[in-house]
Amino acid sequence: MTTSKTPPRAAPVRRLSWNDPTVRSILYQILAVGLVALGVWFLVSNTLHNLAARNISTGFGFLHREAGFAIGETVISYSPADTYGRAIWVGLLNTLRVAAVGLVLATILGTIIGIARLSKNWLVSRLALIYVEVIRNVPLLLQLFFWYALITENMPGPRQAANPLPGVFISNRGLKLPSLEGNALDWMLWGLVLAIVAILALAHWGNKRRESTGRIFPLGRVALALLVGLPLVGWLASGASLTVVMPELKGFNFAGGLTLSPEFTALLAGLVMYTGAFVAEVVRSGIQAVSNGQWEAAGALGLRRGQVLRLVVLPQALRVMVPPMTNQYLNLTKNSSLAVAIGYPDIVSVVNTTLNQTGQAIEGILIIMAAYLTVSLSISAFMGWYNRRIKLVER
Amino acid sequence: MNASVNAASATPPGQGRPPPRNQVGAWVWMRTQLFSSPLNILLTVLCAWFVLMAVPALIEWAFIKADFTASTAQECREAGGACWAFIAEKHRLILFGTYPYDEQWRPLLVTFILVAVIVCSGMRRFWNRWLALIWVVGLTAVAILMWGGVFGLTYVENGRWGGLPLTLILATFGIAFAFPLGVMLALGRRSPMPAIKVLCVVYIELIRGVPLISLLFMSSVMLPLFLPEGFSIDKLLRAQIAIIMFAAAYIAETVRGGLQAIPKGQYEGADSLGLSYWQQMRKIVLPQALRIVIPPLVSIFITLFKDTSLVVIIGIFDLTLAAKAALSDAAWRGFGVEAYVFISLIYFMFCYSMSKYSRTLEKRLSTGYSR
Repeated sequence: MTTSKTPPRAAPVRRLSWNDPTVRSILYQILAVGLVALGVWFLVSNTLHNLAARNISTGFGFLHREAGFAIGETVISYSPADTYGRAIWVGLLNTLRVAAVGLVLATILGTIIGIARLSKNWLVSRLALIYVEVIRNVPLLLQLFFWYALITENMPGPRQAANPLPGVFISNRGLKLPSLEGNALDWMLWGLVLAIVAILALAHWGNKRRESTGRIFPLGRVALALLVGLPLVGWLASGASLTVVMPELKGFNFAGGLTLSPEFTALLAGLVMYTGAFVAEVVRSGIQAVSNGQWEAAGALGLRRGQVLRLVVLPQALRVMVPPMTNQYLNLTKNSSLAVAIGYPDIVSVVNTTLNQTGQAIEGILIIMAAYLTVSLSISAFMGWYNRRIKLVER
Repeated sequence: MNASVNAASATPPGQGRPPPRNQVGAWVWMRTQLFSSPLNILLTVLCAWFVLMAVPALIEWAFIKADFTASTAQECREAGGACWAFIAEKHRLILFGTYPYDEQWRPLLVTFILVAVIVCSGMRRFWNRWLALIWVVGLTAVAILMWGGVFGLTYVENGRWGGLPLTLILATFGIAFAFPLGVMLALGRRSPMPAIKVLCVVYIELIRGVPLISLLFMSSVMLPLFLPEGFSIDKLLRAQIAIIMFAAAYIAETVRGGLQAIPKGQYEGADSLGLSYWQQMRKIVLPQALRIVIPPLVSIFITLFKDTSLVVIIGIFDLTLAAKAALSDAAWRGFGVEAYVFISLIYFMFCYSMSKYSRTLEKRLSTGYSR
């Protein structure tokens, strides 16, 4: 700016001057980077010195040593004779399991509550409002403690377990559900995968046809038929060998069926209800962001209320909802680390045990941070891709 | 809706004739609000059933069958309802932790001071330089009262602090230090200098990508390794540092949103007046940007207040851990639900009033803009 005011000279001599903004900015940057580097060097040298003084080895070699501690619930097989590396892997899978189930359930619950808050029915919207306000204003950790105390202290023992539905038992040992066993399970699973692929292909083809001819493909009904039909075909193809295993009381505990431990149940209930309340607010504000004129115009075209919601309002509301929804998904994943407080063996709790045994604090914390960063970045990358897909294409 | 429109059109404007009798009253309200369609009738019946099942049971548990005065756990359990006697017995431990019993008026006073500081920050008449003074004076008074050692107050080491005052201290000191740091980070992220921008972006994204728990763990196990030998920071301060670092990243992103909302003309106008960068920020940009982001900042504060409960995991005696300590008394085992309901009510009171305040503020600030 100062140079432009001066009359042009033959060869402007650029002298290094404190008044030159470029010079200053470079100086500032060198200063900032230097200070940060100095700070990091100070911390690292202290750390190395301290580690040497305490005889703690550095590096990730400990991952190959025998862990020697048991983990309460595992997705893959694990025994105390396995390595620390595998133990941490088990912890990560446990985190992913609760996060994945939680994301799906929280989205469903949140959508229902969010729509309920906008309901014209006074009783429904009031109940939804109370739910959202109560849940959002109490710390999640407290809610986890509450659910855990409720399950372990106030639920009856296995012998007096509550039995609200046939095959479902609620006791202080957690939740017991009937499970499916038999050859047909694989076949049905493949049928389901096939159905999903077919629905995606049909949706793509249906969109193409609608854009070129204007005819609407009844995707909803066909999709439902495929989702029910193909697994059914798989079941028949395998010779209908499928049995429902009901949990049964044997001695002091249940045998058979699917078990959700008290820790998992409390964590899942807490995460789903807490995040559900936030998702409900996202859904509500997303739907409210679509102007009333859209409803009226769509109504004037003769669409039914359900069609208006599905074809006009939701596609527009989704655009508003995706970024805050991404935040909620990230929060749920990060909040699953609270599992350590109630003893669910997620990655934080496993690494915590590991670093208590080995003293490798820095490596342990780095593993936790790297794991969460990876999961967070994957979720935001996926939601970013989805956001780009549905966002308004301006011509 | 339709009914009221018809009623209005039947009445000539300007004449205060009451609407027809069949358009008002409890029955009409019920018909339009609760029984307008078959689906609505079903929903109403389901909800009414739920309310009728839940509310009387809850009242019976919390009040009718509850025991407020029992002196032993056994007596309490026989009552068959909530055992509020447990809270009556343990309330000093839950509210003030292990602070010396005779000195507990000090944390009580601290609680009032901190609440007063927060309330003052919410009043618009203090939104000027007085606010900074209020915070400095308030927080200094809090430190003196809690630690003691001067003015004839006995010294209390901060390992014995606990309960509600500690929760409030973690939250208010957290926001007091995280706020300037967050503003600096936000300015750094929008800086044209690439090196500074990269440093700020890396810090913000790194912190926002990991859970607070991992930072608390880091502060409790790694910070002692980071520092030179023979130099140590106590546990509470380390947790406070972790909370400040965490909150600053979130505040930075919020403030950045406010900075982006300031039109470019404001920057150019300030440039043309010949103001330096810091003058521009202090006098022109930040006052406008911060005003926009006050409601989201309040919700960050609410989140921070709730998140202070995570210090339980590294063993700091805040409200939640004090409640757990009360629960670990062998003579009073098994009243977890009562204890958690009690402290939930405390958290709820604080968070709900703040979020209510945030909503009114949002409305008032937005009407100021829409002329």
